[in-house]
Amino acid sequence: MSESSDVRLAVIGAGPGGYAAAFLAADFGLPVTLIGADENPGGVCLYRGCIPSKALLHIAKVIEESEAAKNWGVSFDKPRIDLDRVRAWKNDVVQRLVGGLGELAKRRQVEYVRGLARFEGARSLSVSFDNGNTERVDFTHAIIATGSSPAVIPGFDPDSPRVWDSTSALDVPEVPGRLLVIGGGYIGLELGSVYAALGSKVTVVEMLDSILPGVDGDLVRPLERKLTKSFAAIHVNTKVKEAFERDDGFEVAFDGAYAGTETFDRVLVAVGRRPLTKGLGLDAVRVAMSDRGFINVSRHRETTEPGIFAIGDVAGEPMLAHKATHEGRAAVETISGRHGMFEPRAIPAVIFTDPEIAWAGLTETEAKKTDRAVEVGRFPWAASGRAITLGRTEGVTKVIVDPGSKRVLGVGICGPGAGEMIAEAVLAIEMGATAQDLELTIHPHPTLSETIMEAAASIYGTATDIYRPRRG
Amino acid sequence: MVTDIKIPELGENIESAEVLSVLVQAGQKIEKDQPLIELETDKATAEVPSEASGTVKEVLVKAGQSVKVGETILRLESADDGGTSRRSESPRAAESARATEAPRNAEKLEAVEEERAAAKQTEDDNGSSSPAKAPAKPARAKRSPARAATPKPRPEPVPEPLRLVDTPSVDDDEDVAMPPELGEPAPAAPSVRRLARELGIDIQQVPAGRGGRITEDEVKSYARHLIAGAQEHAAPDLSLVRTGVPELPDFAPWGETEREHASKIRRVTADVMSLSWNVIPHVTQFDRADITEVESWRKRMHERTEGAKVTITAITVKVLAAALKVFPKFNSSYDARTEEVVYKKYVNIGVAVDTEHGLLVPVIHDVDTKNILTIATELTDLAGRARERKVQTDELQGSNINLSNLGGLGTTYFSPIVTWPHVAVIGLGRATQEPVHIDGTFTPRLILPLSISYDHRVIDGAEAARFLRWMAEAFEEPMQLALEG
Repeated sequence: MSESSDVRLAVIGAGPGGYAAAFLAADFGLPVTLIGADENPGGVCLYRGCIPSKALLHIAKVIEESEAAKNWGVSFDKPRIDLDRVRAWKNDVVQRLVGGLGELAKRRQVEYVRGLARFEGARSLSVSFDNGNTERVDFTHAIIATGSSPAVIPGFDPDSPRVWDSTSALDVPEVPGRLLVIGGGYIGLELGSVYAALGSKVTVVEMLDSILPGVDGDLVRPLERKLTKSFAAIHVNTKVKEAFERDDGFEVAFDGAYAGTETFDRVLVAVGRRPLTKGLGLDAVRVAMSDRGFINVSRHRETTEPGIFAIGDVAGEPMLAHKATHEGRAAVETISGRHGMFEPRAIPAVIFTDPEIAWAGLTETEAKKTDRAVEVGRFPWAASGRAITLGRTEGVTKVIVDPGSKRVLGVGICGPGAGEMIAEAVLAIEMGATAQDLELTIHPHPTLSETIMEAAASIYGTATDIYRPRRG
Repeated sequence: MVTDIKIPELGENIESAEVLSVLVQAGQKIEKDQPLIELETDKATAEVPSEASGTVKEVLVKAGQSVKVGETILRLESADDGGTSRRSESPRAAESARATEAPRNAEKLEAVEEERAAAKQTEDDNGSSSPAKAPAKPARAKRSPARAATPKPRPEPVPEPLRLVDTPSVDDDEDVAMPPELGEPAPAAPSVRRLARELGIDIQQVPAGRGGRITEDEVKSYARHLIAGAQEHAAPDLSLVRTGVPELPDFAPWGETEREHASKIRRVTADVMSLSWNVIPHVTQFDRADITEVESWRKRMHERTEGAKVTITAITVKVLAAALKVFPKFNSSYDARTEEVVYKKYVNIGVAVDTEHGLLVPVIHDVDTKNILTIATELTDLAGRARERKVQTDELQGSNINLSNLGGLGTTYFSPIVTWPHVAVIGLGRATQEPVHIDGTFTPRLILPLSISYDHRVIDGAEAARFLRWMAEAFEEPMQLALEG
């Protein structure tokens, strides 16, 4: 066991994959150097992603709910938005969290180095600092957790102040009058929702035939109906043909299902994220990558260069913080001689729009694509007491099970709170629960969580609040 | 470099032993192969030699202690330091560490259980999970399957430290980011899947338990099942036969008593006999063999052969081996769990030897390939060493049927107990001159009393009668051996 002292771990990238891996390694007694680009650990998730966007989406939700309250006999004045204070609040949220992480790193005696790392060889890195200095970090094991960066598209110069990516949009420099969101994925819809609530006229253009491509249609529809009202327009099956930056804004010509030309004050490019390996010096090591730029990894998250691991966005889809964290665990467990392996049955995905969409495990879309027979228990929120009290009856919860064993293979939810509720589904899938297990588990009343129990019960045709006799 | 010297494989079915004596002490310089400790296994004593030369750093066992195969007995500061690779500098070492860290056997199962218990303990103590858990297991040299005392070739290969399955972690060639598994994942919780990984078990192979789910218990019992299967005849847990036995009454009202701890041989005999008597429905039958001709032949041979003592026992072993070929059912075991009869394609015969320490049954292996002279020589050697307690453990194992000759003590007929998992046992009494009615007159003939006890689950009375008669006739017409046997 004295061998542990020979292990020196370097973690490159201090996002939720990197810092969690570094912390766990420290907890296991390994000496760790954590290298990040920002003042504190946190990465995109805390500085420029999950956390600030959720802070802003919370504001958006309050604005929308205060508007909806007039239907229930409570009227507010039109909200006055102090953008500086919105920004300050969001920044405060971020600072609290990253400051906490910095403190945790110190207490764990994780050496945090702010700089950019580059492989010099399979056992050493050089870290360059803002001041031009460099430092050599030797390691026996390294974890690459450099994450991803927003993809860019030709025609929209990322240096133009009129062209935003998710990072600049989250800085809330202003509330543009007309905002074009290119890309109908979750980033575009979340940020589009924020700006729509703040007062922008938001247009979304999506190349494929639906917003949130790949997500089950029945989960998307309630959101789509809502966004069709709050956004100026949603153009699917439409591409940007040309764009000219003029004095009064971007003149954008569309092509496809919608073929007009419009002018926008700002353009938010949200066409996805690309794995970030540039400048890492991967040519100095034997780390192989896929055509799409992801680092190839084993189930232990080890790359083709023994001793070097990769986790998070840089190691493949889905690019989600919680996936990165758990990959980091598998890598550190492997490095420390435990039995780490990344083998989740379900990685939950949440879209934090309003209504939220969340799913875990098998989707109906995937089942169809792979010709897998499934049975689906669906519970419309119109039958949920709690949803009615919230005035949010548009939601739906569905449980996807194996037709024979009735084992829960997947769960999909659309509605407020879906992101919180999906955790139960992930546990059910990981534990190999059957629909009956969900049905027989007492859920508190009146809550939205009952919809999971009811959706499971409807597999057996015995949901209390809907009448849907079992076929046959 | 410090090497842990462990209890080596002691022979099939032997999992533990008692330390009779410790032959070295801390600080002592020792040579490779020098005996370190003396062990008493079920029925024999054995010495554990050192795997390497060096200085004894620490002795971890003491006389009287019970030790398990694989347990560390002492730590040796060995002279050479180049042999085994240490982890770390080389990532390949890390890799091989992972590859070898799946010893995946019974010890591992126990180790995991102990580790978990310990971890739980630590957590309980600290109120949180302990950071001090030892990381990074080194790539250790494989435990040498050193044999106890003077190794001699075995008829069967020593089971290697086993791997239950091809380790699923050898996926270094796998170069794609793996999407979460869909389809039919094993119905097991993440913690259970991890346990399976730790034990080197493919979770997909574990049969589901109640509710169609795989729990920790299913994984463990599957692991045990695999270990048992891999160890051929896994040593049965004989201690089970002692459960449910009532306490002895108090003898004090009737007089003075004295308690003496039963010897290891007595204890094992007690367990084996209890098990055998409880499991096997016994029937005993008798017959008589006219060995007049055989005896006069034997005496002639006895004078001619030097060294080897051709005895009635040796001849009976040969006759019995031939009979087993003719009646293969008597060379079988009954698997009550699968309801199968297990026929053995080899003929190993145990011969009971009365020693001052108790009953020992050394085994003559592959009797069917040996002539009477060879059998006689082996028997003399084995019996002699058994009496001196010098017989090796594996020389006491693997018998298919036992032979007990109480003739030397004057007994005639008796009903021996079939040793589980055998299906029969042969008993010989003292041959006596008896008047036999031949061609109108009584002629003195030498008559050998034969007894057979058998497992009535496998063998019926008529079959046993035929079997014993065949043996009797083989004594009377020795050419029958050449003809049928």
